Amino acid sequence: MALEVAKFDKRPWVLLSPALVTITALVVIPMAFMLAYSFYLNVDLAVDKPAFQFGNWIEIATDKYYYVAIWKTFRLSMIVTLLAAILGYVPAYFIAMTRFRHKWMLLLLLIMPFWISFIIRTLSWIHILGHDGAINSLLLYLGVIRHPMDMMYNQYTVIVGFIHVFLPYMILNIYVSLDGIDRNLEPAARTLGATGWQAFREVTLPLSLPGLGAGCLLVFVLTAGSYVTPLILGGPNDFLFGNLIYDAIITELNWPMGAALSITLLVLLGVVVIVYSRLMGLRQLAKAFA
Amino acid sequence: MARVELKGLTKSFGPVKAVQAADIAFEDASFTTLLGPSGCGKTTILRMIAGLEQPTGGDILVGADRVNDVPIHKRNLGIVFQNYALFPHRTIGENIAFGLKYRKVPKSEMAAKVRNALDVVRLPGVEDRYPSQLSGGQQQRIALARAIVIEPDVLLLDEPLSALDANLRESMRVELKAIQHRIGVTSVFVTHDQSEALAMSDRIVVMSAGKVAQIGTPEEVYNRPANEFVADFLGASNIIEGRLQGRADGAVVLQVDAFGAVPVREDRAASVGSGPAAKLMIRAEKLLLTEGPAPEGRIAVKGVVEAVDYQGQLARYFVRVGERTYQAMNMIEGRPFAAGDEVTLSFSPADCAALPAGT
Repeated sequence: MALEVAKFDKRPWVLLSPALVTITALVVIPMAFMLAYSFYLNVDLAVDKPAFQFGNWIEIATDKYYYVAIWKTFRLSMIVTLLAAILGYVPAYFIAMTRFRHKWMLLLLLIMPFWISFIIRTLSWIHILGHDGAINSLLLYLGVIRHPMDMMYNQYTVIVGFIHVFLPYMILNIYVSLDGIDRNLEPAARTLGATGWQAFREVTLPLSLPGLGAGCLLVFVLTAGSYVTPLILGGPNDFLFGNLIYDAIITELNWPMGAALSITLLVLLGVVVIVYSRLMGLRQLAKAFA
Repeated sequence: MARVELKGLTKSFGPVKAVQAADIAFEDASFTTLLGPSGCGKTTILRMIAGLEQPTGGDILVGADRVNDVPIHKRNLGIVFQNYALFPHRTIGENIAFGLKYRKVPKSEMAAKVRNALDVVRLPGVEDRYPSQLSGGQQQRIALARAIVIEPDVLLLDEPLSALDANLRESMRVELKAIQHRIGVTSVFVTHDQSEALAMSDRIVVMSAGKVAQIGTPEEVYNRPANEFVADFLGASNIIEGRLQGRADGAVVLQVDAFGAVPVREDRAASVGSGPAAKLMIRAEKLLLTEGPAPEGRIAVKGVVEAVDYQGQLARYFVRVGERTYQAMNMIEGRPFAAGDEVTLSFSPADCAALPAGT
């Protein structure tokens, strides 16, 4: 037998190439443009001069306004994530444990909202909470109130809007995790002397943490990167970091600043993902979308 | 340790009657098997004793206490599930100590009890490993250790051996029985495997379609089945229609077309009733194939081998006599018979049992 030289196996690369080409063309190259743009000089509205200067970056690093925006974004994302985790766990648990034969229908109900544009779903809150919305109309009709209540355009409507849109992601992730738990574990714990609640706390909850964690990461990152929901449902003070990017690019037509802010948000959220993956690993996320 | 008694225990799932008025007594320290095909209600009974299902009727007594309304966590039972059901996020030591924690066992005693339980199942020193690091057989021993360490009143075993491969299953059943005998815990074992039931049990409860078909020692249910279902479910049998002819010399005489009059020992014809229709049961291993004439004192007919199922030291033959095919299991001495061979089929009336015709 001749000595066999380990050959370079090309197959995985051949199979990966369509994805790599797509990602390079649609993600890596545009981001490289953005990075380059962040060093440009904005002369006037929509007038940029190619340059290599750190003006935009220095402004971000020194203006307190941006730190406030980062803090607001972080705080709101935390609130939304926490509420979504609590509100999502219950239905996820129910769907995973039910003996209902048509479980697929429950899962379908969960996915159905995705068939409608999320902007339309967000706008629908105006018809529910607005001045002439369903709640005010009903209460006026019943005579409970004399004048319509102001319920819109504040932090709470933004939170409601976010939870409405992102809750299915949370439920699906928790569900996948719960569904993988052996059904006999809770009964086993209970026969050993644990009450139903203790069995849940000691067995089911810890075993579902990977899904809960994945759901939290997803909801946190999606919330922190949004700008549409605060734009539609929030007041002037309910902006997130994403709204600053929106303002810079759409309103002020200052693309270099917008690019610098975008890269900043990307790096911040990247850090969150890296910290999470160090703690929990990212494999669970792949499971929920499998 | 305690005696367990079920009185008229009934469970319906909607219109489906899973268990119908079961009266079963599990004697203190005994090993009782609930045996039957899937869907016969055996697991439902086990789950009702455990408190995992609520009976729709009847009583469950542990010792002198009715436990129907006692919540699961206060029943003091040990359960071993088919799929082990170990907590994957806990070490072996934590798994075994799980039940002790709720029994307020002091920390100092806990380690000793866990060590002792691991000694009983002959897996010492694995406290710090995780379930996934053990083999299936080892995991099942840990599940057993976790169930017995709490010194339960009753040990419930839900097909604990079915997930193991054949060789391991046989050695585990010897060991399981030995452990049960040593600690003397009242045990209820659920299985659909008749050889497990026969090998391990003090008593077997044969179940069919939610009803108790027969309760008895392994020897009783095997040799003196109460009806055709039991005869058929345990072991391979030939069940032949006949007529009750009369009683003579401590024997019940059955008239069977193929063999003539067959005198069946009275103790093996207890369930037959007054006839006139009755059935004759001959175990496959009691039907002997010979090339020449049958040995003295046996009832014999001629037949042709239709098919052979070779099993090593045994062979299962399907032998055609007239319109009917009989099953025979014989030790192979020299060369097994082949399909097409003409043989003499014979049996001793003492090896037969009589069954009522109705079932």
